[in-house]
Amino acid sequence: MGIFQMTKTVLRNLSGGPATRRYPAVAARKGPITRGHVVFNPATCRSCGICSRRCPSGAINLDKEANFWEIDRMRCIACGECVEGCQFDSLTMEQEYFPPVVDRVVERYPITYVKPEKPAKKPKEEGAGENA
Amino acid sequence: MPERIIVPFGPQHPVLPEPIHIDLVLEDEKVVEAIPSIGYIHRGLEQLVQKREYPEFVYVAERICGICSFIHSLCYCQGIEKIMEIEVPDRARYLRTIWSEYSRLHSHLLWLGLFADSMGFENLFMRSWRLREKVLDVLEDTTGGRVIQGTCKVGGVRRDIGQEKLDEIHRGLESFEEECRDLGHVFLNDTTVKNRLRGLGVLSKAEAYDLGAVGPTARASGVEMDHRETGYAAYGDLGFKPVIETAGDCYARCAVRLREVHASIDLVRRAIEEMPEGPIDVKVRGTPEGEYFSRAEQPRGEVVYYLRGDGTKNLSRARIRTPTLTNIPSLVKMLPGVQLADVPVVVLSIDPCISCTER
Repeated sequence: MGIFQMTKTVLRNLSGGPATRRYPAVAARKGPITRGHVVFNPATCRSCGICSRRCPSGAINLDKEANFWEIDRMRCIACGECVEGCQFDSLTMEQEYFPPVVDRVVERYPITYVKPEKPAKKPKEEGAGENA
Repeated sequence: MPERIIVPFGPQHPVLPEPIHIDLVLEDEKVVEAIPSIGYIHRGLEQLVQKREYPEFVYVAERICGICSFIHSLCYCQGIEKIMEIEVPDRARYLRTIWSEYSRLHSHLLWLGLFADSMGFENLFMRSWRLREKVLDVLEDTTGGRVIQGTCKVGGVRRDIGQEKLDEIHRGLESFEEECRDLGHVFLNDTTVKNRLRGLGVLSKAEAYDLGAVGPTARASGVEMDHRETGYAAYGDLGFKPVIETAGDCYARCAVRLREVHASIDLVRRAIEEMPEGPIDVKVRGTPEGEYFSRAEQPRGEVVYYLRGDGTKNLSRARIRTPTLTNIPSLVKMLPGVQLADVPVVVLSIDPCISCTER
């Protein structure tokens, strides 16, 4: 029994190949919902600040005056609270883990969202007039 | 009478990368006394409860320990829910049970690997850890995190598992159980391993009880004590019998954990079969006011959270008692009489987690 077990294990080990991979040269395994890193879309952010308030580790900083959104990658724990809280789909969770780095990374994005002008009101009135 | 010498063991030592220091008083090669000291990695996480809002503290609780992280967050959430009188939906309770048992599987397989390594059986160490990787893959696919799951929250869970994934997990359990059985066969029946572990570091039932041992350390000495019996999460519905061994030596502690692996697989299987439909969380309003002792069974034993809220967003006090802390007196009792070469094996047999202990 013992010999049989051992032979089975030896054969499986010989034919199976290595169980580990050479990270970071080979990318880490990821699943469909792996929490890798947060990605920010500056074109849709309305500077509401929910993400920075919900962040449990204080990694997100929103500078409303200078119109900048910052994330400290070393503080971020990829919990996904900001992604769940964002009303405008500006934040998404990507499955790839953030690559290993040797320096502290603070990413700074200028918010490019432009509030639409108000002319929307005028054509409406015109339209309403035509209908009437 | 031989001369006594003191050998300092740790904080850097060959057992595991966790800083515990033990002064071993030796007569020749034999230990006559062990004096432990801890305090190398105190992080003050209990104090942090006054700075983080109560729903945010779940993330801190989870990071107390990297191995039993899910059960830490579960125990914390359970305490807050009792204080605020929140009824958790059934599906959330079942999901919590599945993730708790997967945490236990991954912790026990990690321990089995380290235990084999402490005996010098490196091949067995690698086999255990390769098997553990399957457990981690399931955790990653269902929660999004391999080690820190981050799915427990006050009022329920943050993620659901779809029926397809549940079926897939259920199907995978059969081959996984088979592989665990093969692995257990080596641990329990291999002559070398048996000779190394039998009669080593014996703790009698009375000693285990008196010294307040918990978890597999207590159960290997015949103390029938498993907190899952009280029926928190879905354990009450699933029914549960603790795994008991009576010898009280390192072999018995290994056997208890191996049998618990199978008990966990069985619990996961039944939880999937009886999984109720419904919501996974309830909306939480207000702030906790009151106090509660929350308890849960971790892979290493019973964890106790004392939580006190004063009606503000921050709790006023949290006290966390982790299983390793209560198992250290048992360890000090086990060590006298063993050879110096066997000390790593005996120390590891209580599954020490010093990061937990010092918080």
